[in-house]
Amino acid sequence: MSLEQFKDRNVGTQNYVKLDLDHSPTTGWCQFKQVVKRTFKPELFVGLWVTFREMINALFRGKMHTTQYPFEKLPISPRYRAIHDMLRLMESGNYRCIGCGLCEKICISDCISMETKYDENQRKEVSEYTINFGRCIFCGYCAEVCPELAIVHGGRYETASEQRASFSLFEDMLTPIDQLNLQQEYAGFGAISPNADENIKSTPLAY
Amino acid sequence: MSEVQIVDNMVDITIDGVEYKAKEGEYILNAARANDVFIPAICYLTRCSPTLACRICLVEVDGKQVYACNSKVKAGMNITVDTPDILTERRAMMEVYDVNHPLQCGVCDQSGECELQNYTLELQVDSQSYSIPDTKRETANWSSVLHYDPGLCIVCERCTTVCKDMIGDAAITTAKRGGEALDKSWKDNMPKDAYAMWNKLQKSVIAPSNGTGSTDCSDCGECIAVCPVGALVSRDFVYTSNAWDLKRIPAVSAHSSDGFAIYYETKPAGIEDRTEKIFRVTNEWNFVSLDGAARFAYDFENDTASKDETAFNAGVEALTKAETIRFNSLISNEEALMLQTLKEKKGVKLYNPEVRPFQKFLKLYNEASGASLYNGSTDTALKCDFAVSVGGALRNDSPGLKYAFNNIQKMNKGAGLYFHPVGDKLIPTFGKSVECFTHKVGLEEATLYLLLELFADKDKLPSDTKEYLASFGENELLELLGADAEAFMKAFPKMMKKKENFVLMVGEDYYGHAKAENLVKLIVLLEATAGFQVVMNPPKSNALGVALICELDDEATGYTVGYNENGDFKLSALGDGDLDMPAMNQQEGTFTTLSKRVVPTNAALDYNGYVLNDLMAKLIDAPSQTIDWTAYLPQEKGYQAMDFDDMLNTFDNAGQDNRGYLLKVTYDEVEPTDAEKFDKDDVLDGDIVYRANPPRQFNDFSDKAHQIFEAFGLYASEERAKALGEKAEILFKNGKITVDVIVDAKMEGDIVALSDFKSAENVYELFGESRYQTVTIRKG
Repeated sequence: MSLEQFKDRNVGTQNYVKLDLDHSPTTGWCQFKQVVKRTFKPELFVGLWVTFREMINALFRGKMHTTQYPFEKLPISPRYRAIHDMLRLMESGNYRCIGCGLCEKICISDCISMETKYDENQRKEVSEYTINFGRCIFCGYCAEVCPELAIVHGGRYETASEQRASFSLFEDMLTPIDQLNLQQEYAGFGAISPNADENIKSTPLAY
Repeated sequence: MSEVQIVDNMVDITIDGVEYKAKEGEYILNAARANDVFIPAICYLTRCSPTLACRICLVEVDGKQVYACNSKVKAGMNITVDTPDILTERRAMMEVYDVNHPLQCGVCDQSGECELQNYTLELQVDSQSYSIPDTKRETANWSSVLHYDPGLCIVCERCTTVCKDMIGDAAITTAKRGGEALDKSWKDNMPKDAYAMWNKLQKSVIAPSNGTGSTDCSDCGECIAVCPVGALVSRDFVYTSNAWDLKRIPAVSAHSSDGFAIYYETKPAGIEDRTEKIFRVTNEWNFVSLDGAARFAYDFENDTASKDETAFNAGVEALTKAETIRFNSLISNEEALMLQTLKEKKGVKLYNPEVRPFQKFLKLYNEASGASLYNGSTDTALKCDFAVSVGGALRNDSPGLKYAFNNIQKMNKGAGLYFHPVGDKLIPTFGKSVECFTHKVGLEEATLYLLLELFADKDKLPSDTKEYLASFGENELLELLGADAEAFMKAFPKMMKKKENFVLMVGEDYYGHAKAENLVKLIVLLEATAGFQVVMNPPKSNALGVALICELDDEATGYTVGYNENGDFKLSALGDGDLDMPAMNQQEGTFTTLSKRVVPTNAALDYNGYVLNDLMAKLIDAPSQTIDWTAYLPQEKGYQAMDFDDMLNTFDNAGQDNRGYLLKVTYDEVEPTDAEKFDKDDVLDGDIVYRANPPRQFNDFSDKAHQIFEAFGLYASEERAKALGEKAEILFKNGKITVDVIVDAKMEGDIVALSDFKSAENVYELFGESRYQTVTIRKG
């Protein structure tokens, strides 16, 4: 990467766009004239009309704009890094996490911890999984490194709770099985790039 | 950078234009490794025979392609590691290995330390050219510890090679895979060596060699250690941890006297419990092979200990009034020195029935030979080509010597003689030139006389001994020892062909022998007149250290403090005593190994209680830490004034053991004296019990480990066990014991083996010094 752009500190010669503004008043008389002119403009009533119109809309026409937080929440950008979600496979409903431990390893604040075991189906089972949100810095590395797109950043941006445990266990982060149809594919950190297919070489198959 | 050890027959070779020194006749691969030059290789194991399964070590020597693992160094060789042709071959081989290899690195136990991963990256394989339909291969558990996933297996044959060439069990072998045959067109369209490798790979898979679904072996787990991929893993470890999460702590195995170099691998036990836990034990498998106890008996820590002041004060009081301290060989050199200092300052008796006979034997040997210690070691034994084992049950007592005995047969075109009253079915399978003598108990002297007869330069023998030896009739000694004399005398010249280096392995039976003095004289004669090097197997753990450092007493009297043993007051690392002590994986210190090396071991796990040094600080003038004692180990016994922290704990690339230091052995000139005659009728008759543990079991600590399943009991051959029934009551002269009868299918004959690893059972008291006793066995 070229560092040229950081080395150019001569800001004066760069292409700033100047706004077409009136000159500020310079003398006391000019300032007085500006105050009087602004005070007696009907603009005030234009603004009051807007307020009045919106009041009517909100109270009598059912067009309220206020978000009733915490009962209502605004959607946030998929790139926002909030409390983690654990996703499931859409087809089988199984959790996607394979217990590879990469998130645990890459975590720079060392707040992810997991236990795995050999289960009766000869698979690696994640028996315990926890993120210590008291230490998590929401850097997004875990979501980025996850090979299965299993751990992602969800929309829960409230990082305060009465109990730390209330959102740090595997089950709490996992998509509830009855809401599987509502599960959204994550588009932020770690998501597959749109041109991923172009970047891989195909492997011959003998079938 | 490791310096290459300069020995006599060094020659100059050139690798990639740089000149190096190498031993003539050594394999190119080993020479390169010793010089820190990297040649890729998967299937080669340093102390085993080359199998040519992977073919990746292909190099060019003077314009010709050879395999570095099986071509020997010659003076002036010019070696090129990478040529464009060879790189094409290697890349094709790695592509072939990747064909149908499951893409499950994410869950695989080997991920991160996998040689398939490493070489795929090293050779920059970023696309695949080959394909073949896969064959269904089922995962299987081969034994109580072995787990095999054939889907991941690349059939490098390292497991089968180490099992055969080093361990001696030969319990696994290659078997038919039943895979689809390669398309003929590949033969012309791909590099030659890669095709040959693929052709073999596609046909084979690994399986237990007895044709059943389970292995009949000693469960040492060495196959797990050498597996380059995740195909062989211990059942306990499967999917429990990633390699990179584990912290490696260099240590010494606490069980057998071999002092195997191991790494305890630890990480926090779990989410709830953040204390460190040992997840597995690994080793430098190219240079050291472990037994089952070293690999699997690791979780014997004392995890309930706390700083209990009342118990500590009681401990101080107990040691103050103690007349005797009873302990065993599972103790570090430093602790042994503490006890010895306590003896010197306070006059307590040190009682250790495990080590005392060995100590006496060493003293006798010292007097008779003038040498302060025996001259051999496991490392030097591995270079011999004729091995003789006397007085020890190789399979049970000394895994390291068993491996050496076997390796000599396989790698050095060697021969071997095995003398023991308990018949063994495994040892004859080590090689064609192995003869086993199952002789009567009491004929140990006859054994050594036979060896003199066979090997000694008779002119050098003292006159009386020479005369006595001549008095035996032809083949009389052989027949006395139960051999088919004629067949043996016919085979013997063949066994002796081209043999130059002889090693005598002396086992524990001799130490407590009633005629130990005469046995020592005969051993010294063998050394002097037949050029044998001698290795003695210290009974257990740190027996050699204890024997050298402590002045032991013959009996315990009065108020006794037991250290991991029974006593009026019990210091115990097992968590069952009056005062807790740290177990061997919780403390640092040094061990003295069978190979006369003083090796450092480190603490793998936390320990919250008091240590022996704290007690010493109250009783005598003690330094602040246990390892402060290390520099004060007795120099007159061969120890050096080296600080613990100055000791290395590594092997170099040539396999040289650089751990700690070697004991200094001094030699005085002593004229060999005549050995005494023996009474050939002085043999034990009737029901004989032998004191021996099953393989993998050495002490209470190995018993505590959750992956060691060998039970305490009476081990017997199949026939004998059938006759004995399920339980047996054994009546000794001074007591009796009722135990389960357990079949050891590799035992032969009527002698039964009683375990001694449980100190609570006090088996040593029942036997006294001798390992054999005539008893009455009743159905229990």
